[in-house]
Amino acid sequence: MSVPYQVVIGLEVHVQLSTQSKLFCGCPTVFGAESNTQVCPVCLGLPGALPVMNQRAIELAIQTGLALNCEIASVTKWDRKNYFYPDLPKGYQISQFDQPICGEGHLDFPDPENEGESLRVRLIRAHLEEDAGKSMHDEAAGKADSRIDLNRTGTPLLEIVSYPDLRSAVAAKAYLTELRLLLTYLGVSDCNMQEGSLRVDANVNLHIEHNGKTIATPIVEIKNLNSFRAVERALEYESKRQFSQWQQTGAVMGDSPKQTRGWDDAAGVTLPQREKEESADYRYFPDPDLIPLQITDAQLQRAQSAVGETPLMVRRRLQRDHELKAYDADVIASQGRAMVSYFDEALTKGASAKRLSSWMQQDVMRTLNENNWTITEFPIAANKLASLLVAIDDGQLDNSRGKNVFQYFLDRPASDLEEAIKSLGIASVDQAELEQLCRELLAENPKIVAQVKEGNVKGLGALIGPAKKRNPNIDPNLVRTICQQLIDTEF
Amino acid sequence: MTRLELQSATELGRKIAAREISSRETTQYFLDRVEALNSRIFALNLVDGQRALELSDNIDKRLQAGESLSPLAGVPMAIKDVLCTRGIATTCGSRILNGFVPPYDATAVEKLLSAGLVPIGKSNMDEFAMGGSTENSAYGVTRNPWNLACTPGGSSGGAAAAVAAGLAPISIGTDTGGSVRQPAALCGVCGMKPTYGRISRYGLVAFASSLDQIGPLAHRVEDIASTLQILAGYDQRDSTSLNEPVPEYCKQLDAPIKGLRVGVIREHLEHESLDPEVRAAVERAQLLLEDMGVTMVDVHLPHTKYSVPAYYLIAPCEASSNLARYEGTHYGFRSSAAPQADSPLESMMVNSRSEGFGNEVKRRIMLGTFALSAGYYDAYYKKALRVRRLIAQDYRSAFDKVDVVLGPTTPTPAFKLGEKLDDPVQMYLCDLFTVGANLAGLPGISLPAGQDETGLPLAVQLQAPALDEVQLLNVAYQLQTAGLFQQQVAELS
Amino acid sequence: MHLTTRDVKKVASLAKLAFSESELAHLTQQLGDIVHFVEQLAEVDTDGILEMTHPLDIHSALRADQVNACLPRKDALANSPNSDGEFFLVPPVLGK
Ligand SMILES: [Mg+2]
Ligand SMILES: [Zn+2]
Repeated sequence: MSVPYQVVIGLEVHVQLSTQSKLFCGCPTVFGAESNTQVCPVCLGLPGALPVMNQRAIELAIQTGLALNCEIASVTKWDRKNYFYPDLPKGYQISQFDQPICGEGHLDFPDPENEGESLRVRLIRAHLEEDAGKSMHDEAAGKADSRIDLNRTGTPLLEIVSYPDLRSAVAAKAYLTELRLLLTYLGVSDCNMQEGSLRVDANVNLHIEHNGKTIATPIVEIKNLNSFRAVERALEYESKRQFSQWQQTGAVMGDSPKQTRGWDDAAGVTLPQREKEESADYRYFPDPDLIPLQITDAQLQRAQSAVGETPLMVRRRLQRDHELKAYDADVIASQGRAMVSYFDEALTKGASAKRLSSWMQQDVMRTLNENNWTITEFPIAANKLASLLVAIDDGQLDNSRGKNVFQYFLDRPASDLEEAIKSLGIASVDQAELEQLCRELLAENPKIVAQVKEGNVKGLGALIGPAKKRNPNIDPNLVRTICQQLIDTEF
Repeated sequence: MTRLELQSATELGRKIAAREISSRETTQYFLDRVEALNSRIFALNLVDGQRALELSDNIDKRLQAGESLSPLAGVPMAIKDVLCTRGIATTCGSRILNGFVPPYDATAVEKLLSAGLVPIGKSNMDEFAMGGSTENSAYGVTRNPWNLACTPGGSSGGAAAAVAAGLAPISIGTDTGGSVRQPAALCGVCGMKPTYGRISRYGLVAFASSLDQIGPLAHRVEDIASTLQILAGYDQRDSTSLNEPVPEYCKQLDAPIKGLRVGVIREHLEHESLDPEVRAAVERAQLLLEDMGVTMVDVHLPHTKYSVPAYYLIAPCEASSNLARYEGTHYGFRSSAAPQADSPLESMMVNSRSEGFGNEVKRRIMLGTFALSAGYYDAYYKKALRVRRLIAQDYRSAFDKVDVVLGPTTPTPAFKLGEKLDDPVQMYLCDLFTVGANLAGLPGISLPAGQDETGLPLAVQLQAPALDEVQLLNVAYQLQTAGLFQQQVAELS
Repeated sequence: MHLTTRDVKKVASLAKLAFSESELAHLTQQLGDIVHFVEQLAEVDTDGILEMTHPLDIHSALRADQVNACLPRKDALANSPNSDGEFFLVPPVLGK
């Protein structure tokens, strides 16, 4: 290690669950609606209005908990977290304090620094809570009134809290990447960070070896991390800042209360946030408007069957059943559930896993990127791609003619392999015809013949291009073999 | 002209349905009484006569068209100002909700309207239902119609006074620690708190959510039963509402009660604070029950002494959170005091709350905030919740032996206005006999039981197991018809 | 416990209430009386007794994930002490 300290990181991830309506009322959760149009007496916190729990949010929370290897509570309850803020119209947030729906669990994710290895983050809990509204402040002058939009108030969030098990900014990013992938596999959230569907707070401090003892610096919570890149940069910045802070002041954990800092992405620094006057005392207590909820075995079983295959399971399957390398299996799995389905369908239509994997990673993904498509918008169906790859495997056409077919498929979505082969004039070349072609080429290139005779076999490669010009259907490997034989026997 | 205020709501409903009298005439009659008398007692803090008459006309039209409506259709009533009424100001007796006009009706209000009852106005109350004297209203003090120097009780003091003075045949109150039963007792009318969860709380502005329950007040038990029939039932908008069938409350009112077992709560009857005349009223009720063949049994609620302390932790804790929403942002009162230069938002909130809430509400918010705060939660709030279970268990044991229990509603008849205003603990002790039912979630009813030597009403209380309102109303009705009291309207003029 | 003016001030700041010095003295005494009164509960043996948060043993009703009608914006903002027709308006968090 190049630095004399160990970074210790725990993450709190707020995920917006994909429900139609809010957590405790029937207002929609659509992003981007006109301000204060998705509100009702309940989410406005009007006097007398009461919350009623959304069943779907419970189901999604349980599915997530199961996929995160969490213990699912048999009885879970709601608590009020009391604090005053204008975007929190009731003066409290309905959350879960001591009986969260999901208890301890863990998530394994690919080790970004050791291919094929994985790391584990243990989870403390995952609990449901309602989101607050949005406050827009007068950033420039700070004098005008703040504007409050309560559309987001009451949107269901699952807060996933990790132990401080992460040891680098890169690992933190890798964990978040895996978590997001898992959540999108489950379909429990769209995880859109721009729209605030996934929000991250990071708790970080350092363990410093000093005079034979391990010293812990005060924990800092970093807020306002709007991208994974921001998480990585902020953690790197904050580690260095804490180290130099320690060198200057010698302050260790316990000397000061937990500090909250905000990440300024443009400046690339974390800045202290204004401390509240009183230290936070949220006065959590059971919400008397909501009765505790029992989770039955039947509910658990239903959730379990909805979980399906996780990214980790996909990676393992692709390696074990289809002998893909860890790297390749990871690339496929990381593209999301739909890509894996595409891959699996092509496999069942006879494509060989390795050739499929390489075509997916190169031709398919490149095309998707160029056109800004998702795999579901990709015009070549999985069975059609499979028919092409099977034809290559059978020697019906070579790889480079295969690319022509691929392009033909893209240009003419209604076409099939037979049509493509016909239109492109792909036909297998007669052995006698090929020998004649090679003989002519060798006769025209005495220098190459001489090189080969001297033992420089690579020279034959220069003949492939001219050979293709004369007949695009020739198999380059066959051209090499025949030329070698002719040189040995005739030249 | 017939004195309609001397008739039961049930009788008025029958006459309106039979078109012996119109709903409009009835409503106009009570509006005239309000006009003449309300200023002397301030039972109603808002009167909407025009809307009431429109509603009445509508009922009359429907009856004329041959529609068959609920038995109380066309009967006027008053709604406690803690229930949200769409398009009509709802203040909870607080300055902080001055000008607040709900965009929705409470479920209870919806049900009353669809049953054809005619709201004539909102009844005054202690601010946010906190108090036992209706002196804690930002809009004025309500007086006891039997003695204007006395309190009508509270927090539904306006509701009780309105019925007692004959301003409305029925009124709807709420009971968190006795707030229906206690003013009913002090004003000489019937008042019931049903089982927790029996009536939806949706649209009832919360004081203490795990204790609040809506309840009707009227002169006669059959009126209480008919009103409960309209209000009771599951509401999917209230998670704490009971999804249980609603029995027919009027059907068994006059069933014989011979052979029933009624418990007398010794801790209540022998309490040192109990006025001898109140005690005598309970004993009269006891004798009447025995005459009807009821077996009287002594029962014990050994944790009675702790019910008021437990209540005065649990209720303020919930209230401190329930009332956090009043901070001048989204509705209601916002202070116009100049905000502090360095923290304009914070000072707007603090000023709005400090100017908007009255003293009793502030005291309870402070108490609840304290009891929930770090370091005190376990010793105060949690402890109170454990004692609450013991109190509920006391009732359960009592109901293993008896069908209903009998006791006083209040320690004394109505006390003088101002008497306990600055002594919160003395005021809280008035709830001694009523808070138990709230803590345990049980139904209770207060019945008038005569008058003391100064002419102030006396009362007794009956309580029953959860969801046994049928039995409770049956015993109450039998006591009433056996002569425990005669319906009386306080004469103000 | 013995409630001091300092305790009361701290609670007031949590509750977003402000009191004048004379109010504070009076309130400290009254709250002290009430706290003293409720402290009787300490006499009760509650070992092994579960807290009773709700009066009845029922389990939560859940609602189906269905969208209902919202309030028109003008109704949502109608009670606001200050709004611009689109947002609730509040004074800024920080002053000059
Ligand atoms: Mg949270
Ligand atoms: Zn809503």
